[in-house]
Amino acid sequence: MIMTMVQAINQALAQEMERDDRIIVLGQDVGRDGGVFRTTEGLFDRFGPERVMDTPLSESAIVGASIGMTALGLRPVPEVQFMGFIYPAFNQIVSHVARLRNRTRGRFTVPLTIRTPYGAGVKALEHHSESTEALFCQIPGLTVVVPSSPYDAKGLLIASLRSDDPVIFLEPTKLYRAEKQEVPEEPYEVPLRRAAVVREGKDLTIIAWGAMIPVARQAAAAAQAEGIGAEIVDLRTLSPMDRETFVASVRKTGRALVVHEAPKTCGLGAEIAATIGESALLSLDAPVLRVTGQDITVPLPKSEDLYYPGPERILRAIRRLMEY
Amino acid sequence: MIELFDPLKGERLRVLDETGEAAPGLDPGLPDAELRAIYERMLRTRTADAKALKLQRQGRLGTYPPSRGHEACQVGLASAMGRDDWFFPYFRDLGMYITLGYPLADYYHLWMGNEAGLRTPDGLNIYPIAIPVGSQIPQAVGAGLAAKYRKLRIAVVTTFGDGATSEGDFHEGLNFAGVFRTPNVFVCLNNQFAISVPRARQTAAATIAQKAVAYGFPGVQVDGNDVLAVYAAAREALANARSGQGPTLIEAYTYRMGDHTTSDDAARYRSKEEVQEWERRDPILRFRLYLGKKGLWDEAYEKTVQESAAEFVEKAVAEAEARPAATPEDLFTYTYAAMPPELEAQLAELKAFLGEGRR
Repeated sequence: MIMTMVQAINQALAQEMERDDRIIVLGQDVGRDGGVFRTTEGLFDRFGPERVMDTPLSESAIVGASIGMTALGLRPVPEVQFMGFIYPAFNQIVSHVARLRNRTRGRFTVPLTIRTPYGAGVKALEHHSESTEALFCQIPGLTVVVPSSPYDAKGLLIASLRSDDPVIFLEPTKLYRAEKQEVPEEPYEVPLRRAAVVREGKDLTIIAWGAMIPVARQAAAAAQAEGIGAEIVDLRTLSPMDRETFVASVRKTGRALVVHEAPKTCGLGAEIAATIGESALLSLDAPVLRVTGQDITVPLPKSEDLYYPGPERILRAIRRLMEY
Repeated sequence: MIELFDPLKGERLRVLDETGEAAPGLDPGLPDAELRAIYERMLRTRTADAKALKLQRQGRLGTYPPSRGHEACQVGLASAMGRDDWFFPYFRDLGMYITLGYPLADYYHLWMGNEAGLRTPDGLNIYPIAIPVGSQIPQAVGAGLAAKYRKLRIAVVTTFGDGATSEGDFHEGLNFAGVFRTPNVFVCLNNQFAISVPRARQTAAATIAQKAVAYGFPGVQVDGNDVLAVYAAAREALANARSGQGPTLIEAYTYRMGDHTTSDDAARYRSKEEVQEWERRDPILRFRLYLGKKGLWDEAYEKTVQESAAEFVEKAVAEAEARPAATPEDLFTYTYAAMPPELEAQLAELKAFLGEGRR
């Protein structure tokens, strides 16, 4: 069936809830309203208020209560309405979700999937456009996942829901309804911890994820017109990171460009560049470049374009790489 | 019984007065064997606590938060719990652990600096200690929600200090519990201090128990140095939780006789007179007087209990100290269900480095 990412996420949740009665969806507006983006639409009517719980507006308790549910064997799926509102739950995530397996030497695990919309694209108020994935990638124990298409969204979410590790599942708001794609009706997994080469090319490697994938594709198409072949690696799981896939690609192309929405300093691009430096230095024909959000507070929608990487900025970086 | 003591009117449940006399009609009426078992747990707790402090001073145990003064709160509460109930501790719960049957050797092993001591033995429903203050409260509520979802007739107990009641997680957790009527028993060990900051700096409310009113469920203040008062309130709150009548907040009014931890010096912020005043209200002394009046205590019995406690503690110390040190594998294995390649590489590098004979 042809569907949007919202529909793919919704289908993944419905199918897994059908299969596994340990899955409980909880959060602000996830019930009767079906979520502000409609990702949980229909679940309340289908599975009832005990499994699709509208909760008090209380991010720390939404995540904290989810932790407690795992103690009794449930697999909760807390939703935080926007990534910009996840910080009240940060203590629960960093101090407990990520650590309980280690703290108890495996007696207590925390198989939950925290879903949250993230990144630019909804032209809303401040705090609705955050892209702070690097904060979570610094925390051992967390798995951080970002889909870039409806197909991947369904498969990655199902894999996350079945994982015994806690997953931070970041849903790019810009892609929720941006494209439709054929998505198989039956449940399937897209494996976690595996990047994908989503476009092949011989001249340089672009490493990106989430909403930056379509932008990178546009830039790659423009570069193609200039005779430059750009390969695109979609990281998909940001942590633990699949380093092998992009290192192999850079060994082939000799040039690397990281694109992310988040600010440049201490962003994931730095980790990726360092990995390439450690593992593929002698293959490089040019320094690793980064096209990223600026090191400033995310601006309000009218100035958004000054902040986020667009195809033109990426194309300029591609040219610089090729001219080096 | 809980509803007879209105925290908004400053009423406090107390069964035993300082001479060990039980108030008529309030004594929970426990059989003699159980009364003695409670006394023995209290004594073991105090002995194990004193030993931990000694070990810390000898450099055999790390930073440690002493429990002295809290034996009535901890043993009274845990003695009322059932085998299937769950416990979400804070970090000053020694008597809870001893009463619930957590191996003392494991407990010492933790405070000696080893995560392995926090691996709750299978079959015991005890979550690991929570050091970030108050963060265990929403977790306990989630366990309550899960119990409700699974239609288990169990209660979920969580403990915390007076300082925790100022944390957002206290509000978020109790608010959640009220909304969903979860089977929780929240027990605040109000020991008058959050390290050095007195109870008056945590809230302008006259009691902590009265905060329950705003969350829509009962709260009761009990004399936390009276083990029978704690037991009676806990028994009722647990029964209410298990039977679907929702949560309860119990404020156990007590005093931290020791320092906050072995890194603290309480003499900097409270007077000797104040501490001496509380020595008089010692929870073990009070319960001993009660047992004496019932003919359940004499010097010979005391000697047996003391000896048994000492033996229990020494055995645990020996066992904890005989445990092997953590290996690099122990440290790396439990971060994820399956070790990612980057961690495998770091582990291999660490082992190679250690193999070179350096540390």
